[in-house]
Amino acid sequence: MVVFNLTQFSGKELTALPENGRIPRNLVGIGGRINTVSDTILELKKIKKSFGGNTVLNGLDISIGRGEFLTLLGASGCGKTTTLRIIAGLEQPDGGDILLDGESILSKEPNRRNVNTVFQNYALFPNMNVEKNIGYGLKIRKRPKEEIRRRVKEMLEMVQLPGFEKRMPDELSGGQRQRVAIARAVINQPQVLLLDEPLGALDLKLRRQMQLELKRLQKKLGITFIYITHDQEEAINMSDRIAVMRNGVFEQIGTPNEIYDHPETSYVADFVGNANIYRTPDKTYAIRSENILLGGEPECMIPAVVEEKSFAGGQLRILFALEDGQKITASRYGIDYDLNTGERIAIGWKEASAAEVIDNG
Amino acid sequence: MAESRKTIWPLLLPIYLFTLVFVFAPLVYLVVLSFMTRAEVWGAVPRLTLDNYKRILEPLYLRVFAESIRLAVSSTAIILLAGYPFGYFMARMSPRWKKRMMVLLMIPFWTSTLIRLNGWIIVFRSNGVLDKFLMALGLTDRPLKLLYSYPAVLVGMVYALLPYMILSVYSSAEKMDWSLTEAARDLGAGRFQAFVTITLKHTLPGVLSGVILTFIPSMGLFFIADLLGGNKIVLVGSVIQEQLTKGRNLPFAAALSVVLFVLTSLFIALYRRIVHTGEPEGLY
Ligand SMILES: Nc1ncnc2c1ncn2[C@@H]1O[C@H](COP(=O)(O)OP(=O)(O)OP(=O)(O)O)[C@@H](O)[C@H]1O
Ligand SMILES: [Mg+2]
Repeated sequence: MVVFNLTQFSGKELTALPENGRIPRNLVGIGGRINTVSDTILELKKIKKSFGGNTVLNGLDISIGRGEFLTLLGASGCGKTTTLRIIAGLEQPDGGDILLDGESILSKEPNRRNVNTVFQNYALFPNMNVEKNIGYGLKIRKRPKEEIRRRVKEMLEMVQLPGFEKRMPDELSGGQRQRVAIARAVINQPQVLLLDEPLGALDLKLRRQMQLELKRLQKKLGITFIYITHDQEEAINMSDRIAVMRNGVFEQIGTPNEIYDHPETSYVADFVGNANIYRTPDKTYAIRSENILLGGEPECMIPAVVEEKSFAGGQLRILFALEDGQKITASRYGIDYDLNTGERIAIGWKEASAAEVIDNG
Repeated sequence: MAESRKTIWPLLLPIYLFTLVFVFAPLVYLVVLSFMTRAEVWGAVPRLTLDNYKRILEPLYLRVFAESIRLAVSSTAIILLAGYPFGYFMARMSPRWKKRMMVLLMIPFWTSTLIRLNGWIIVFRSNGVLDKFLMALGLTDRPLKLLYSYPAVLVGMVYALLPYMILSVYSSAEKMDWSLTEAARDLGAGRFQAFVTITLKHTLPGVLSGVILTFIPSMGLFFIADLLGGNKIVLVGSVIQEQLTKGRNLPFAAALSVVLFVLTSLFIALYRRIVHTGEPEGLY
């Protein structure tokens, strides 16, 4: 678990206002409610979907602002891809409605929706070169050859692959394929771009770099991004808002700050912040591991036994067992904690760092 | 590379030998035979001549070739039109249904084609099943005499060869990555455009092998024409068979076979050329 430097997420940074300034300032910090219609580009209303009796989406409700970077975050199988496919028109919902720019697109074929997708596996056409892949949408729309050539060239420059026109998809690296997939979608100037774990297949270093590039691209284009990941860190780094999904519903929608600092449920606290969940007979609290005190501060009143010590990502993690069997993890930078396994100490936390949450496991 | 070839060579030897003995040698024998002269009673004598080929140029035999090609082309076309959608939709079925369809497709292979063709005789013959059915419906008032006609032979050909087309289209559609078609739809292609620009291209190898698997036999399956066409439809295959048996003219039968072989190869080559010339541009 990497600990985030929270000052990095001050409100201004997070809003990520595009240059054209269409995104309303009131977008941030109001728990995902956008009031005026013109600020909303896409609206999901009570979207339901089941596959053969297995309910996958159970009433999704969300309004997404123009130029917003929204991330769908959730465990594997919670319905993220299904949500995107329904927006793209590749899957029909069983109930509910989708409004794009105030108009229902439910009855529209995928090719009639002004929405494009970057697929989880990129789905580049293997027998077409990069130029034909990127130009596909324009060719289908019967744009002149000269225009297609020019715009493909521009797109390639934008995704930093100049001169790659004649390469075939199997001659590209994972990161390059991913850029081609983005270029192929973006060239059609969609109102909303759907990205299904576009960085999932990349190694950590390339992933960091691509995160920055994607964010830069999104700001430059001013296109609304709906972005899927199950990497909490990626979600926090890139999003204007995060929708935490679980069992086919949005459990909490909010800015990264809200999700990280004020989780509403124990599930969100655990999934996004990797927080400790501490239960008293009548209340449940979420406390992040870096806020667990073990240095003999006055708050340290809970007896605990060191169960395990591990070192990962520049951090020492110490797992404590409390007397009632609950587990608490503390984390510290550095390895100079001379606590031994089996040792008995008192731990605690400041009242302010414990967030009260709804206990839902 | 050179190293691995050297080591793999002995392993491939049996295949080379097999091809040499069972494919190449008979072909050479056939060509040589076609330039020989017919023996008095049976066989050939090694007196070189072009007479066999000259005889093929007689109108009678040219007509036979034309008839054969017409039948092969039209039955292959019908098989393609019927077999492609079948194989395509089969590939899109659930695994359970795929298995069931596969069994259904295999059943005909369990019995001899000859026996199954006799079923068609019962259907087509004068006052047969089809005539009775059509008369009962009031669509016709007297027997149509469909047996021993071109349509009957066509139906027999399509019936006998359709499974090969279905199976080869199915096997390439089965390998198709359907997310590519979805991507095309997402990028603005309508159903038909996505089909033509993406799906058709990826299933083309199956179409190609399906056409080859049906066109070649349909040039030579003489017994279908014999059974359902009587002596009205005479194909090259029937003539070859007749020359071998009743005519006892081995060299002429060989010459007919060589011409048939060359013609078939030419058609396949032409077809491959057409199919392989880039994208179907005009269809966008
Ligand atoms: N075509 C389908 N038929 C039947 N079940 C499906 C189908 N598509 C998805 N599902 C089921 O719906 C659920 C949600 O799938 P979905 O692909 O949306 O998950 P996800 O959140 O994208 O997961 P991941 O992070 O692993 O990609 C899963 O349980 C999956 O098995
Ligand atoms: Mg998914």
